[in-house]
Amino acid sequence: MANFLFLTHIDYTLIVVALGAALLGTVSGALGTYAVLRRQSLLGDAISHAALPGIALAFILTGSKTPLILILGAAVAGWLGALVILSIVRLSRIKYDSALALILSTFFGFGLVLFSLIQRTGNANQAGLDTFIFGQAATILERDVLTIGILGGLAIIIMVILWKELKLLIFDEGFAASLGFPIRLLDILLTSLLVIAIVLGLQAVGAVLMSAMLVAPAVAARQWTNKLNLMVLFSAGFGAFAGVSGTIISSSTTGLPTGPMIILCATLFVGISIAFAPKRGIIFDGIRQLRNRRSLKLAVSRLLKNPQKESK
Amino acid sequence: MQALNSKAIEVTDLTVAYQETPVLWDIDLDVPPGVLLAIVGPNGAGKTTLIKAILGLVRPAAGNVLIYNKPYVTQRRIVGYVPQRGSVDWDFPTNVLDVVMMGRYGALGWIKRPKKRDRELALHALEKVGMENYTTRQISQLSGGQQQRIFLARALVQDATIYLMDEPFQGVDATTERAIVSLLQELRENGKTVVVVHHDLQTVTDYFDWVTLLNIRRIASGPVEDTFTTENLRETYGGRIAFIKNR
Repeated sequence: MANFLFLTHIDYTLIVVALGAALLGTVSGALGTYAVLRRQSLLGDAISHAALPGIALAFILTGSKTPLILILGAAVAGWLGALVILSIVRLSRIKYDSALALILSTFFGFGLVLFSLIQRTGNANQAGLDTFIFGQAATILERDVLTIGILGGLAIIIMVILWKELKLLIFDEGFAASLGFPIRLLDILLTSLLVIAIVLGLQAVGAVLMSAMLVAPAVAARQWTNKLNLMVLFSAGFGAFAGVSGTIISSSTTGLPTGPMIILCATLFVGISIAFAPKRGIIFDGIRQLRNRRSLKLAVSRLLKNPQKESK
Repeated sequence: MQALNSKAIEVTDLTVAYQETPVLWDIDLDVPPGVLLAIVGPNGAGKTTLIKAILGLVRPAAGNVLIYNKPYVTQRRIVGYVPQRGSVDWDFPTNVLDVVMMGRYGALGWIKRPKKRDRELALHALEKVGMENYTTRQISQLSGGQQQRIFLARALVQDATIYLMDEPFQGVDATTERAIVSLLQELRENGKTVVVVHHDLQTVTDYFDWVTLLNIRRIASGPVEDTFTTENLRETYGGRIAFIKNR
């Protein structure tokens, strides 16, 4: 009852935004696990930056700000960017990091040019498009939550259905290929799932920060578990929790931007996890090492005092 | 099952090139069924590439590979593969049994999850390599020799007829090496064909009955006693070899 009373005092918009952020965090957290384990954390960054010109082009071509259309534009551009990066690596001698940096800034720069062009045309409808750069969670509406829920749900369903195949792809690509799984196709599929997670978050978190939503929850989750399925669950949970807590914190104080707050919350989880996680955390690790050293010292000194007895 | 005179692996005119440099040049290789074969050659001789080309993992510039007279794509189920231990990230969040179970993924096909029977097969394979007490062990906590053993177990659950192994003795201790050798010999006794990329020339005559000497080109291939000669070795390794055969 008390809970209910509390809820009625909360702004309806806040609930919508928090729900959207939670869904977004769940999707990007779950899929981010794969990006982190594949050491493709930066690919997410490239995709989110590369998505920007897609949004601008979609607006120029259709003149509409319907989220689904803009998301589609973002997805096509982000996907293209990722594909160009992977092709550069495969077909030329340019290394992965160079290809990444090149495509990321080229696409992002092109996006910025298109945005300022749109602004100059003075289209009255264009206001608010630039939220996609830094994100503005407050602009999330019910229909956006629905979009995130449906598309994100779809991505997660695919992830669950192809669980075994994707796991093998990430762990041992060569072995997967020898068994006959089409690894290039699976690779493109996995990248596409990442693209979906990223473009869904652009509106709320923005192109610049979105990759942190993929990476941070997964890095935090890895500290707490040694099982892939639990890592995905924890990561999704951390993502959702970061989404909700970031939204609530930013709404409680005026002037705090939601997207960056969500990212800061997620990063805080990373810090806490790296420090305090029982098995991999540095604090427990340090204690364990200290204890080991002490017991070793004890054993050695006992040995020195009493060599015959110990050697028996 | 297979006709005795048919070749387990038949490689003809195989050439593989990365960028412009050829890694393998015009290789012809026949592997008869039931042999335990070592592929030997200096670093950069193309040993790993040869295995990968047989498995269809690298695309050759020219040439052809047949497994029991048929292309590899139709024969996948009868070929087991042990990649180099260093080719995967051992900090991946999974345990020993799960990795071994991956050997069943090919037989399982798309989407289907491993069942109780696959689990039993995996446990049995772990027993074979002496790792049955490590089923739930996190793979990051394994020694090099243990990692190698579970890679072998993963290939064993494939229940293949032909095994291709890329340096299974890399960085393992003497005990593990002996265990692996007797496992390989047991496979041969059961009629399997085993092809192993091998580095240690001193042990070739003890462990293997067939040998292929490789250095971009195929220098020689055949039974160890005829093929593993000082002359052939000198040709394979150039002047760099200080290896004298004592027989």
